[in-house]
Amino acid sequence: MSASETLPGAVTEPDAVAAAGRERMTLDGVSVTYGDRVAVRDVSLQIRQGEVLALIGPSGCGKTTLLRTLNRLTETTAGATRDGRVLLDGTDVEQLELTDLRRRVAMVFQQPNPFPMSIFDNIAYALRVQNRKRPGRSELVPKVASALSRAGLWDEVSDNLDAPALRLSGGQQQRLCIARAIATRPEVLLMDEPCSALDPVSTARIEELISTLRADHAVVIVTHNLAQARRVADRVAFMYLGDLVEVGETDQVFDAPIQGRTRDYVAGAFG
Amino acid sequence: MAATATAPSRAPARARPRADSVRNWRLRQRVAFAAVWAAGLALCAIAVAIVGFMAVKGAQYLDVQTVFSHPRPGVRQIDTGGILDPIEGTLVLTALALALAVPLGVVTALWVVEYGRPRALARLVESGIEIVAGTPDIVIALFGLALFQLPILGALSFTSSGGGVFGRSFFAAGTMLSLIALPIVYTSVREGLTAIPAQMREASWALGKTRICTIRAVLMPRLRRPIVTGSVLGMGRIIGDTAIVIILLGSTPQISPENGPPVLGLLRGTGSTLTTFVYDASPAGEGNAPQKAYAAAFVLLALVLIVNLAVDRLVGHERV
Repeated sequence: MSASETLPGAVTEPDAVAAAGRERMTLDGVSVTYGDRVAVRDVSLQIRQGEVLALIGPSGCGKTTLLRTLNRLTETTAGATRDGRVLLDGTDVEQLELTDLRRRVAMVFQQPNPFPMSIFDNIAYALRVQNRKRPGRSELVPKVASALSRAGLWDEVSDNLDAPALRLSGGQQQRLCIARAIATRPEVLLMDEPCSALDPVSTARIEELISTLRADHAVVIVTHNLAQARRVADRVAFMYLGDLVEVGETDQVFDAPIQGRTRDYVAGAFG
Repeated sequence: MAATATAPSRAPARARPRADSVRNWRLRQRVAFAAVWAAGLALCAIAVAIVGFMAVKGAQYLDVQTVFSHPRPGVRQIDTGGILDPIEGTLVLTALALALAVPLGVVTALWVVEYGRPRALARLVESGIEIVAGTPDIVIALFGLALFQLPILGALSFTSSGGGVFGRSFFAAGTMLSLIALPIVYTSVREGLTAIPAQMREASWALGKTRICTIRAVLMPRLRRPIVTGSVLGMGRIIGDTAIVIILLGSTPQISPENGPPVLGLLRGTGSTLTTFVYDASPAGEGNAPQKAYAAAFVLLALVLIVNLAVDRLVGHERV
């Protein structure tokens, strides 16, 4: 199926949204199985520059698996196999160097997971490219500062860059992880329920941050939280039991869903 | 309604649980309680008796002269010299065995936990390590003797002019002793690795880092403590081992280097450790220097206790 074709069960997206940015990633008939269990079934989807796409659906519907397919992290799970094609800027991700792909398609996880090193080193680690000369600290400082500012953490940590990252609060740790992920200026930023382990104040800060990040990155966020999807996303994709049921503009999916299952889910009939 | 009615009567019971006093216990529980205490105290008494006995005997016969002079053959005890060579032998052998066991143990654990493919090979490696861990050291020693007497390994010990390979040297004993420490280091590092959450690795992979880079930058800093703990535990086993040393170190009271460059010559040569010295000097061995045996046993015990205290400190810190 070509990228321009309409997805089964999806609405045709208005031109206004399509104009928001060009396609960054394209999923074409992607299926993922863990052994005999099908986790994602024949999903085709576009991810566009300059917009936030939220993947919603009940637990175990394949949202996280789909997200992990985009940076080929599913391959690290024993017994996982993938069918279909995933393209990044028109190139099959299989043909890209794995390290290169993951620098271009960065990821933020559910639990804040800074490395047990200093705040500075957490970002510097992401910036260092293997098999190249290690840049000195003076060379890295502006890049680290830039990443921390873009993640909205600079003002809080600028005086104490050498403090252990694990001493930060949960919300700060997650913003550090976002800074680490965007330090290499990736084209796509994947976020796997980035606020589920955080308090409401930290959640609000991350949501604000997500809306500013969309300017520079195509953002794909997995969330359980429908209200959050509504607040942060430009487009929403609803998944159910491994199928992509419906994808469309946020308001359309929430207010005028086409599919019955989507309607039931967003109305809270099941979760 | 019923639930709300019973709630107030339950609340005080929860707030003040019944005092758990021995007086309220049944006879069987009391007997078991006393037996447990008695067993614990008996163990303490045995430990104190060993350490106390050795301390008294050791203090009686240990002096600076004994520690810093070479052992000598002699009919009278006063002519038998000191225990300097066994102390040096213990240190050299421990260093050599650890130098072999620690890198091998760490790398094996990293491979099994972080790669582990093909699965069958990883399982084979794990079984191999379990078998080595369960093999009596005397068996390891005999295997070592057969191995190091092979002409191809002649360079690692003394070779006679007729071409016979002696097969006993610091090299031979150190290599086989490393097998005693290897499973301990391996297990400690493997536990350390499995304790690191999977998401720590994924976070690194998701930044475009390879497995090797992840191991070096993210995992290794967290493995320092397991490596040190495993090494120190292994060190205790190496220091205390006797069977391998008796068979593979040649049991010469003095360190006798072979021809060759200084370090290599020493490692190709024979010697003794505190454990074999204690055996040789005691009535169980040649038996003509029991006082020296006590002095050596005291030093040996002190070394092992220091190592154990080090482990306690390390493991204690880990739990905090």
